[in-house]
Amino acid sequence: MTITFLFLAAITIIGTAAAMTLRNLVHCVLSLTLGLVGLALLYIDLGAQFVGFTQVLVYVGAVAILAVFAIMMTRSAEPSENTSSPFRVSGALIALAVFAVLAWAIFSGTNFLPTSAPQPEASVNQIGIALMHQYVLPLEVIGVLLTAALVGAAVIAMDEVRRAR
Amino acid sequence: MSPLSACLLLSSFLFSIGLAGALTRRNAILVLIGIELMLNAANLNFIAFWRYGANPSALTGVMFTIFSISVAAAEAAVGLSIILAVYRHSKTINLDQMNSMKG
Amino acid sequence: MISAQNIDQIFVILKHWLLGYVPALLQPIASAIISVVPVLIAFPLLFAITTVLERKGLGRMQNRYGPNRAGPFGFLQPMADGIKSLTKEDIIPRSADHLVHFMAPVLIVIASFLVYAVLPIGRNMVITNLNAGVLFFFAVGSMVELSVFMAGWSSRSKYSLLGAMRAIAQMISYEVPLVLASIVVIMAAGSLSTVTIVNLQATYTGIWPHWYIFTPWGLIGFVIFMIAATAESNRCPFDLPEGESEIIAGYYIEYSGFKFALFFLGEYLGMFATSAMAITLFLGGWAAPFSFLTFIPSYVWFFGKLLALIVGFIWIRGTLPRLRMDQLMNFAWKFMLPLSLINIFAAGVWHYMAAGPIRWLVVGFIVIISCILLSRGLRRDKWFHVRTYRYAS
Repeated sequence: MTITFLFLAAITIIGTAAAMTLRNLVHCVLSLTLGLVGLALLYIDLGAQFVGFTQVLVYVGAVAILAVFAIMMTRSAEPSENTSSPFRVSGALIALAVFAVLAWAIFSGTNFLPTSAPQPEASVNQIGIALMHQYVLPLEVIGVLLTAALVGAAVIAMDEVRRAR
Repeated sequence: MSPLSACLLLSSFLFSIGLAGALTRRNAILVLIGIELMLNAANLNFIAFWRYGANPSALTGVMFTIFSISVAAAEAAVGLSIILAVYRHSKTINLDQMNSMKG
Repeated sequence: MISAQNIDQIFVILKHWLLGYVPALLQPIASAIISVVPVLIAFPLLFAITTVLERKGLGRMQNRYGPNRAGPFGFLQPMADGIKSLTKEDIIPRSADHLVHFMAPVLIVIASFLVYAVLPIGRNMVITNLNAGVLFFFAVGSMVELSVFMAGWSSRSKYSLLGAMRAIAQMISYEVPLVLASIVVIMAAGSLSTVTIVNLQATYTGIWPHWYIFTPWGLIGFVIFMIAATAESNRCPFDLPEGESEIIAGYYIEYSGFKFALFFLGEYLGMFATSAMAITLFLGGWAAPFSFLTFIPSYVWFFGKLLALIVGFIWIRGTLPRLRMDQLMNFAWKFMLPLSLINIFAAGVWHYMAAGPIRWLVVGFIVIISCILLSRGLRRDKWFHVRTYRYAS
């Protein structure tokens, strides 16, 4: 519970809470980006540097821009009539219940693990060797999955007039 | 409170924020963002257990997180293209108005 | 005392001497500050010199003098520009989104300065030797696209939004060949750390250096990297998003005064950073080209190579016309991406063949044939036909 952890946790919570409650959609995406950067800094603080940089590269550099493009193309950035959703209260209650159950599980279950451990090492070399030895099958499957997602997303979002031609 | 409990508490808080957003917002893109947030909370769980748990030299948490980030990015891409296709068809992405199978 | 080694390491010696005066408790913070301040001074100074160099260079290429009023031969022009941009009125459109409008130039400057943390400027002169340095560079560099969008959207103007969308489409399209072209170097060096990559290139066989540009896959990788770097910085011939004759200034059309200067600074710093990364990956970083020239300090070589690449950028800007949006996207996805993938394959073939002239022939053949076929494939009507010329009558 160092001061670094508290500061990064505060950034993440503020960013993600703002992402889910703001009215303006572009502001939501930008604060989500702030929250995800906070998460990446948390990963780096916990010692997983490669994962932290990958998170920034993928989420801030690609997913956020994709979401912003989708907002632009579906005209959701314009202010619309804001009648409140009928599930506001019940949704918040369900989320609160889920958080309560998870917090109870955390506080009653993690007493047997050591409270301080030496910093493990996850150098890029070790990650590369693990990817090529134990995890080579998931690596290939991810390659196929990403190719399928690329082709599928392009086909779904393609203009129908061009497709019929 | 041990550092592990603090990380797990933070990740469960993020998970519930994402769940609240996915359940209450009416715009399809915001629901997708809530789902992304839930996936990220699970990633934080993996990294926390890798750091403070038993046998960190097996790199299981780190590898799983890398694969989870890739799958989440692919899912976001496909989800957003589906939203674009739905918008092109029915000119709205308000989830309350997408309540008929006809069309 | 005055040896070539000491002149080479003079900044490191200076830093250790300064740190001797700092109490032990504050040493990490003081060490970080002393490492960062020279970068914060040197690169904006280089930016100032580049603005006047570019304008005079472009002027000479267009058969006119550049700016020659402010100071001897116009070299105090950046000072005049700085005073002008600081004293201009800061106009914000009434319907603009004030917070996002303010944060966009801040974010681009932060991202542009942050990437210098992993670039080795001389022997033992890097701010931080990260294990995944190249990945850090590309990750932080991708934050620039988000700031471009913030600038374009928050101005609530048609032209700025259009310019921002074009700029983002161009930047994400060219980011893929940029990263793939650097993967060949990572494969050859076996490490993502920039210091390791430069140290592996700083060795010599006889007098010839081991730079990666002197291999077939390295040469193609360098060319792909520089073209993608030109597109990432929105420089001519890829400056459609900010073309003066098209949509005036594109996504920063509604910015004036100091914020405009910050965008300009961020863009040029990004150009320097990608040039510096190209130097680190392909041109040997701070290493001298021949083994008998190593008495010249390493930082002199680094900045010399950087200046050569900047002059190359300015030269290309004055020579080539602007690419249209569809030509730009075709070029990225149908030429650069397949070529960089074939380059990775060629680098793999190089690694597994024995050293000698055979592997030069095989890999060179693969690379040249793929270049010819891909460039012919882009122009379907000219597929293996004899080229005919028609002169104006």
